Amino acid sequence: MHELSIVASIVDSVTESLAPYPGARVKEVRLKVGALASVVQESLDFCYGIGTEGTALEGSKLVVEVLPVVLHCEPCGRDVTLDGVQSFRCPICGEPSMDLRQGRELDIDSIEIEDEAEVKA
Amino acid sequence: MTTRIVELRRGILKKNDELAAGLRDRYTTAGVLVLNLVSSPGTGKTAFLERTLKELKAQGARAAALVGDLETDNDARRLASSGAPVRQINTHGICHLDAEMISKHLEGWELADLDYLFIENVGNLVCPSSYDLGEKIRVALLSVTEGEDKPLKYPTMFNSADAAVITKIDIAGPCDFDRTAALKNINEIRPGIRIFETSAKTGAGMDEWLAYLAEERAKRG
Repeated sequence: MHELSIVASIVDSVTESLAPYPGARVKEVRLKVGALASVVQESLDFCYGIGTEGTALEGSKLVVEVLPVVLHCEPCGRDVTLDGVQSFRCPICGEPSMDLRQGRELDIDSIEIEDEAEVKA
Repeated sequence: MTTRIVELRRGILKKNDELAAGLRDRYTTAGVLVLNLVSSPGTGKTAFLERTLKELKAQGARAAALVGDLETDNDARRLASSGAPVRQINTHGICHLDAEMISKHLEGWELADLDYLFIENVGNLVCPSSYDLGEKIRVALLSVTEGEDKPLKYPTMFNSADAAVITKIDIAGPCDFDRTAALKNINEIRPGIRIFETSAKTGAGMDEWLAYLAEERAKRG
């Protein structure tokens, strides 16, 4: 159950990034989470509600994009996407690989905010 | 009212990762080999570490340990009996150790005086996998009393490990432990990983493990 710690880190990062936008309200937070990030979506959603209370993120929507594991297969000479995380072999030639190119991400991609002030272009 | 998208593209655990990178630099400068031991509760991390510390001491190596636990200091007291410097980190309910806790608990220790530093993580195969502690080697432990499919159930942890240790092999027989399946599953999740089959009770497999430690430490040169 480290999802609450993760939410706390999200709140810190997002709050910090709001500095140039005083009074802004966060509508949406978009994450990119690798299949190997060991984050449980249900648990994250649950903790998000609690962890964002009383912050600029309160009431915002959490959108999680899950990124599959991508391995580089040496014999095939290319990157291959895995269906799951039960076997770290190239799905084409069957060769095992530990050359991970994607799948461990735990990133905030972007946020959607609403500015109180009228901003003129 | 203006709606806008702000691109952040930053790691959620960036602060931990930065702190861990700082720790890694300190370990390298000090020439100490740091290992992070992770497993389920009850795998026998403490017994394994206790034996490791005693054997290292007998060899004249200088080793210390940081021990994570939710509430008690029982493990630290057990490990201290080996004569090695040991510090307890009580996480008070937090399910993992993070780089800040390590940094705080290293205060006052001269890392350059150590050959090895072992960090015994909180017994948990999920959460500690996300938190880099700056270690050189992450060791995932699995006992013969657990299912052989544990690596398949916790792929993140086993995939992120640099070495795997099977513990309690002295009771493998009565447990009907399927060694072939266990080795296959570990390799499926983490191809090519070094696997040590050990017993803290009988000392089986410890020579190979200690040789590996010495080898890894020598690499740091």
